[in-house]
Formats: sequence, C-alpha cells, structure tokens
Amino acid sequence: MSHVIEEKLIFEKDHPGRTGASLPACDVPKADPASLLGPLARREAPALLPELSEVDVVRHFTRLSTYNYAVDMGLYPLGSCTMKYNPKINEEVARLEGFARLHPMQPESLTQGALEVMATLQRHLCAVSGMDACTLQPSAGAQGEFTGIQLIRACLEDKGDARRIMLIPDSAHGTNPASAHFAGYEVEEIKSGADGCVDLAALSARMRPDVAGIMLTVPNTLGIFEKNIAEICRLLHANGSLVYVDGANLNALMGITRPGDWGADVMHINLHKTFSTPHGGGGPGAGPVACKAHLEPFLPKPVLVQREGRYAWDHDRPKSIGKVQAFYGNFLILVRALAYIETLGGEGLKRASELAVLNANYLRAQLQPLLKLGFDGPTLHEVVFCDKELPNGVTTLDLAKRLIDYGFHPPTVYFPLIVHGALMIEPTETEPMEELDRFVEAVRAILEEARDRPDLVKSAPHTAYRRRLDEVAAARNPRLTYKP
Amino acid sequence: MSNPSDLKYTQTHEWIRVEGTKGTVGITDFAQHELGDIVFVEAPAPGTSLSAGSPMGSVESVKAVSEVNAPLSGAVAEVNPELADHPELLNQDPYGKGWILKMTLSDPGALGGLMDAAAYEKYVAEVTH
Amino acid sequence: MRYFPSSDEDVRALLAAAGVKGVADLFASIPSEARLKEPLAVPPAVPEPELRERFVSRSIRNSSASCRPCFLGAGAYDHYTPAAVDQLLLRSEFYTAYTPYQPELAQGTLQAIFEFQTMMADLTGMDVSNASLYDGGSATAEAALMAHRIHKGRRVLVARSLHPAYREVLRTYLRHIGLTVEEIPFGPDGRLDLGALKGRLDAEVCAVLVGQPNFFGVAEDVRAIASALPQERRPLLGVVVSEALSLALLEPPGRQGADIVCGEARSFGLPLGYGGPYLGFMTTRQQHMRQLPGRICGQTVDADGRRGFVLTLTTREQHIRREKATSNICTNEGLCMLAATVYLSLVGRRGLRELAIQNLSKAEYLKAKLGEKGVRPLFAAPTFNEFAVKLSAQGPKASEAAYAADLLGGYDLSRDYPELAGGHLLCATERVSKAACDRMADVLGGLS
Repeated sequence: MSHVIEEKLIFEKDHPGRTGASLPACDVPKADPASLLGPLARREAPALLPELSEVDVVRHFTRLSTYNYAVDMGLYPLGSCTMKYNPKINEEVARLEGFARLHPMQPESLTQGALEVMATLQRHLCAVSGMDACTLQPSAGAQGEFTGIQLIRACLEDKGDARRIMLIPDSAHGTNPASAHFAGYEVEEIKSGADGCVDLAALSARMRPDVAGIMLTVPNTLGIFEKNIAEICRLLHANGSLVYVDGANLNALMGITRPGDWGADVMHINLHKTFSTPHGGGGPGAGPVACKAHLEPFLPKPVLVQREGRYAWDHDRPKSIGKVQAFYGNFLILVRALAYIETLGGEGLKRASELAVLNANYLRAQLQPLLKLGFDGPTLHEVVFCDKELPNGVTTLDLAKRLIDYGFHPPTVYFPLIVHGALMIEPTETEPMEELDRFVEAVRAILEEARDRPDLVKSAPHTAYRRRLDEVAAARNPRLTYKP
Repeated sequence: MSNPSDLKYTQTHEWIRVEGTKGTVGITDFAQHELGDIVFVEAPAPGTSLSAGSPMGSVESVKAVSEVNAPLSGAVAEVNPELADHPELLNQDPYGKGWILKMTLSDPGALGGLMDAAAYEKYVAEVTH
Repeated sequence: MRYFPSSDEDVRALLAAAGVKGVADLFASIPSEARLKEPLAVPPAVPEPELRERFVSRSIRNSSASCRPCFLGAGAYDHYTPAAVDQLLLRSEFYTAYTPYQPELAQGTLQAIFEFQTMMADLTGMDVSNASLYDGGSATAEAALMAHRIHKGRRVLVARSLHPAYREVLRTYLRHIGLTVEEIPFGPDGRLDLGALKGRLDAEVCAVLVGQPNFFGVAEDVRAIASALPQERRPLLGVVVSEALSLALLEPPGRQGADIVCGEARSFGLPLGYGGPYLGFMTTRQQHMRQLPGRICGQTVDADGRRGFVLTLTTREQHIRREKATSNICTNEGLCMLAATVYLSLVGRRGLRELAIQNLSKAEYLKAKLGEKGVRPLFAAPTFNEFAVKLSAQGPKASEAAYAADLLGGYDLSRDYPELAGGHLLCATERVSKAACDRMADVLGGLS
C-alpha cells in the first residue's frame, strides 16, 4: 500500500516557530512566575510538545484517522460490544453551549435544564430495566459493576453481615470478578451447564450463608437467555443473597423482558452499547446503575430529587456508599443517550431489540453451514462459533485477520473462554441485510482460501495500513513513549 | 525436548535441580510450550522465604499469566539476572539458561515427594489427554 | 425509524432465512413468566426537528459559562478550546471506533494514544503513562491502590487540602479492601502541614497523596514533602493534579520526588460539560510500569518491520488476570484522550507556557484588585490560577451578588470545610477579562 502516507509521530514533525492556536491578548499586567512562585516555577517550556500550525495538526490527525476502521464505514460485529450506529443528532445536541459550558459546581437554580435531562433519563432507564431508582454517576460499565456490588455490600452490612463470596459464572466478562474483588468480595466461579446456562442444582447446593450474591450477564456471553433466571433469583433471595445483572447485553431485551421483573436487585446499563452513544475508540462511556427500592438509600451521592417542582441535589445521604466520580457522571454522554431514547420512543426501543436479535439469528442461519456453533442453544443478540472445523491449521485469529482484507472489523475472538477458539458475532439492529450477506460471503471465501491457500489466510491482513503487529516484542521490551 | 533425568518435577510444571542444600528452579519445557512466547518473568527478591507448593512468582505471555510455585521450601539465594532483559530464555533453554532462581533448601529430604523425569512424562501424557 | 435499515420486506426475508415464523418467536427462549406483558413506559418517538428544539430549550434553561464570565474553578476550569479540536473529534473514524483490540485496523487511535502517553509523561516529569482513566477522582483512588500493590502497607495518608470530591471517591474505592484513609491537615499558609505529616508516618503508610495545586489553588512544595518521607519503607508519593495547565509552569512533580502523578486533564481541550466526561490520567516511573491500571499502548513493528503500535502489558488487566487485575477498568476515556492530544499539539510548548502565564496573571490581577477593596487572601502561600479569600458574607450571598452582576461567582469553601467559614474560592482563567475581574472585585468588595 505504497500510496498511503506514512504519518510520522507528531514530535517528529516539530517545526519551531509555528503555532496552531491563537491565544487571547492578555489585558492585565503580565505576572512573573519566578518572582511569584520562586523555585516552584522551575519548569521551562514542556520539552516535547511540538510547534506546528493548525494545518499541520489537522492533517496529522486526519491522516491518523484514515488508519482506523469504524462503525460509520461498515459492520463492526464485536460480540458483547454492541457496536451500533451512533446517531448524528445526538452529537449535535450534546454540543449545545448550554450543556457543554455548564460548570458542575454551579447552583442548581442555574442548571435546571441539565437536571431535567438527568431526571428524565433516570426515569426511562428505570422503565426499561424494571427498577425503582437509578444513579447516573458511574463513568463506564466496569465502574457501574463496582457501584452495584458496593450497593449490595452496603445493604448486607446494614443488615449486619456483608458476607464473603460473590458467585460469578465462568462465561462472565473479566470485569465482573475484578469489580467484585475491588468491592471486597472473594470470587467463586460457577460452571456453565451443557446448555450454556447456570447449573441450577450446583447453584442450589452452593446456597450457604457466606454468599453475598451472584453476578449474571443476561443474556450471557453466548447470546443465550438464562432460562432459570426467576428460579435463580428465588434461590438467592431465600438465602438472603442479592442478584446483580450485568446489563452489557441489554440490547437483546428492551421492551421484551426486564431484570427488575425477574427479581434482580441491581444492574448496570452501558449507554455506549445499548443506548447508541459512541464508543470513541475506547470511551468515554457511561454505566448508570438501576436498583430496587431497598437499595436506594445506598446510592452514590448526591442523589437527584425534586423539591417544590424544582430539581435539586440531595447531599444528605447518611447510608450512601459515597462517590465514584468527582461530579455527577459523564453528563454529555447522558445527553446523547436521552436523545436516542426520545428519538426511538418505547416502541422503537423494543423494535431495536427485535431487529438486533433477528439480525443475529439470520447470521447464525447463514454461517451455520460454514462454521461450527460453540453452543447449540437459541440465539438472542449474538452468536458464538468455535474453531473446530477450520482446515489446515488455520486459527480463529487467522480468520479474524483475513476478514480485515475483506473490509470488515473482525468479531470478538477467543471469548468467552468456555468456547474453544471462540468467534463471537453481534451484528446489532443497525446493519442492513446486504451488509450481513457481504459478511457471510467473506467468511465463505476465507474458508475456501483456508482449504486451498492457507498461507494467504495465516499471513493476513495484507491490505491494512499495517500487517500483523509483533505483540511479543512490544511486551518484552516495552516502549511506551517517544524518545527523541 | 526430553526432560533431563537429573531433575525433579512438580505437578504444576516446575523443575528443581538439587545439589546438597542448594536448589535451582525453572519451569518445564511443557509449561513454556503451553504458554507460548514468554514476555516477562516475575521472581521474588533474594532472601524471600519460599514454601513448597505455594506461588513464588509468575511467568507471562502476551495473553496469559501463569503462577510459578516453589517446588520445595527454603529461601531465595539468587535470581537469574538475564531474565529481566531476556525472558525468551525460558522458551529457548528452559532447563539451562532459562533457570529462574536458586534457593537454599530448608528440608532437602522433601525431594522424595516430587516426580522423576519418567513419572513427569507420564503425568503430562495424562493431563493432555 | 431512520436508524433501522430493515424494511418490512427485509424483515420477512430475514425471518424466512433464519427459519423463524414471526418476530415474537425469536424470543421463545425467554420463559413467558419473565416477559413484559405491557408496552414500555417510555413516551412515543420524537421526530428529529422537534427533538432538537426540545434539547435547545433544555439547554437554555441552564445559565452556563457562555452567558457570563466564570470565576468558578474547584476542579473544573473554563478554558478556550480551539475549533480544530472538536472538528477532529467528529471524524467518524475516531469517534465511532471501538477500543483498539485489532491493532491493524486501529493504528490511528493507537498512535494518538502513544503521543498522549509521551506528552503526559513529559509534562509530569515521569517515564511512563497509561492511556487514560475516568477522571481525577478515580485516578486518585487508583493511585492509592497502585501504591498499596507496590508498598504493601495499608495506611493511605491524604492531604485535607486535596479536592473534597476526590477524597470521597478515594474513600469509596478503599473502603472494603482493608486500606485506611487518614487526612493530613493544612497549615495556616494553606499548604500541607509537614509537621503533622511527619507525625503520622510509619512503616504501614503506603501512599501520601497531595493536590498540586491543592483545592485552595495553592502550589505545594512537593520537594519538601518528598524529603519529609523516610528512606526506610518509603511510602509512594502521589501528586494529584486537578488543573493540568499548571504543569506548564510548575516544576514537573516527577522531578520533585513524586512516584505517581495522576489527576484530571480536562483543561486540555474538553468542555466543562456539567462534570463529565473528563480525562483522568496517571504517570509513573519505569520500575512501576507493571503496576499501572488501565490501557497502555506500546511501540512495536509489523510483519514487514514497519513501526506500529499495540495495546501492551495487557496481563495487568481484568480480561486476563480477572480478580487479580491491577484495576477493573475496561472502557476508559479514549476520545477525551484524543482531544487532549490534539489540543496540546495545537497549543504547543511555547503556547502552553504562555497560556499558563496568562492564567497566573489574571488570577494575580484579581487578587490585587480584591485587595484594594479590602478582600484579603485566606492563605499566604503562592497560587496558580485559583485562590481563596475571606469574606464576611455567607457563600450563597456572594454567589447571588455575582450573578446579579452577570458573573458566575466562586465556590463557597465552608460547604466542605466547616473550619473555613467565609472562605471563598475564585478562579481566573484566560477567558475572563480585566473588566470582569474589576466587576468581581467590586461585587465582593461591596459585601465585605
């Protein structure tokens, strides 16, 4: 790909004397840092920041952008990541100055519009989840998990015994055990049964007084609905334990079924998955937590309340777990999520889930003659295949990398761990049929290549800006910053 | 690669070479092969006391971490200084230049509880089938 | 619905191909007792023009810093962002991409992370940086957790002059894992009370966390704090920066003896946004690199030997080490990181220093004007772009008076520090004019 510009590092483009920003004229006497701050101001100019014109900087980052793949270019079927289309009106309303330049410490009398956005979003998230109360403070899914488990802990402590163990299925995301650990729990793994669901008998046998709760992803990472969910909730509650639902896969369920109705006590919701806010190349996201009334006293503070028809922050929350974020959450992400919900309405949200599940089932049906399913259970929003029938020593990774040459982002690979060489595919509702067909044809073509010309597949990608990158060298000799 | 007959082996795939009250410890060829390209070795500082069967450090590949257990009890005498810059020695020469640490044994008699090369090979054949 | 490409006819074709009779049958695996029987209690769809109007009307029911000069800081500083920053953030290739798990398709994001890490390490005087954390609050908590992993001690000492919200987040994070948080008071000059610090140190202290500048805008003498720490079982010194622009003027904490520098870099090109999304960051020395939380990008080569970038040292992270991970963080603040990288590239090394001096100058001017009106600083120690004064009036009254004069007033310190009744925190960035400073001095002078 010799025609592609090899963009240097920004530091290598440094051109002393150029400037890319125009500072305001200083209309007060210039202060002298040395006389005011003495030796504390020992810093001269930050050595490495470049000097470049606006043109140089815009071209640099625009060129970098061309080395990326993105949802706006095509199917991005990362399982459990819900890479749906990011609506453009959401970007526009989040940039309104009345939101963007609002200071978090302003008195509530000056922020009623922002508080209305938050209160409305809380109400809608409660409606979708079947819960009674909601906090928008967590910055992402993992922080939502941490917050939710803290709520469970605070509630149990309030009853006199925090207990010791958090049960987590072997199909869970790695964030679940990590979040439970940081909330002070020991993690105990529970095995999936042959059907990909929790083994009810094993769970029942584990119901002892040291169990604080269970963290369940529903549908799970195999795209399978936990069919015994109501019974699981009953078992846990009879044991004095609580049920946490990881809402990473909520996109399968909106308007169809609600965790609150199953008996779940608390869940987090990834606005950057189900509610269309952009993933941004790794955030920012938002991970609101919704819970039943009995956990409400423990929510992070401050809590949004209404007093005499006006919104206000209630800081007087003696049982609150405290704060997980310095202010109130990733507000500008919340604005986007509300714009999405109001655009779709209740019926539209349900339709989104229906079409997401339909697209996944369509892909399953089309790919099943080509690849072997990881589990044979019914598919909701995502489908997992394994590497059993890949020929000539071609691996899941090879297939994934070759998909790049066909113009796709690969699916999630090697997760969940309980499927050998997993290929986890989540198309979402925003993919047209012809894009799904193009993907199926690509898989078919790659499998033919794998039979006839396996080396071509094993050495893929061939057309991306970079060929396979040496991750071993990167980890053995870490170079984490540019050294002139 | 065959497993040297002068070493003793654990079920968690470490080996130890005992000379008097001194022992040299590493991971087996099977272990390095399972892990793939090793990128980092975490070993305890000299002087650290080690308890047989308990974790004493870890080896990492790009996508996995594996704990390394002390085959016998004792104290760390010396850590292989080459591994900080060349963790790949564990892949290239697991029973030679890829040794992890030398230890002073508190109970050399406990050696009898470990497997010899033949028993270890049989054990590996069992766990891989 | 414009976000759903499937027409009714497409839906029929998809169903037929999937071997499913109707849409409802797709959900046959969900037991009927678990089904929602009634429609979702969410109002009907709103067309785009009406939706936009609705959000405009919500936004103008706020009175933001775009309506009046902002003297409110307290962890969020009103700086100007060049237009080019947001234009670049709106490139779909950046904002509609996922975390760079497939490096061959994400070299743009990865190279930007590498540049960000380089800039943050350089600004803070450290060797290595991660790819971002959520915000200054969780970055503070992560610094304490990291110090504990390295040092093993179970006591965390935190300056009472550190941002109150950061201290609250710290307590929430540390509450259940057996670490204690103890506050070190500030002295009469507004700086950390070194005597009190020395009195609290022992071999169990794993971290000493101080704000720089602290919540009162005061520049701490980090060198003095570092040298107060014992050599034996030395705790890690964590310097928490809530106004990242100060890094362009103050000596880099890494050169003053800090072991971890973390905090909030929102000032670099991100909107105030009513508190989020912001940009947590963390840098440290090479020897602690493997204890950093969060994503890290590293340089490598591809199969043809060309330079490229990947996420590296991933064995620290939750998806591999699960409950033994250095942090549970997964999604971080990727696009905010990009904003900061673009911003710092535009402003450049001379520009950033010039901007910092302007901030210092505005604050000093305001301080002097207030002095002329009889409003005195609360603390004598030097400050950057924010400082505390002593008012005789109550905080809310000061803020109302400022609002009446078309200004966004300062922050009432007694909300978090009962011992500082009448304490009022004022910030002056490059965006407030001399005239606005004069007006603020008149307002507060009139109250005293």
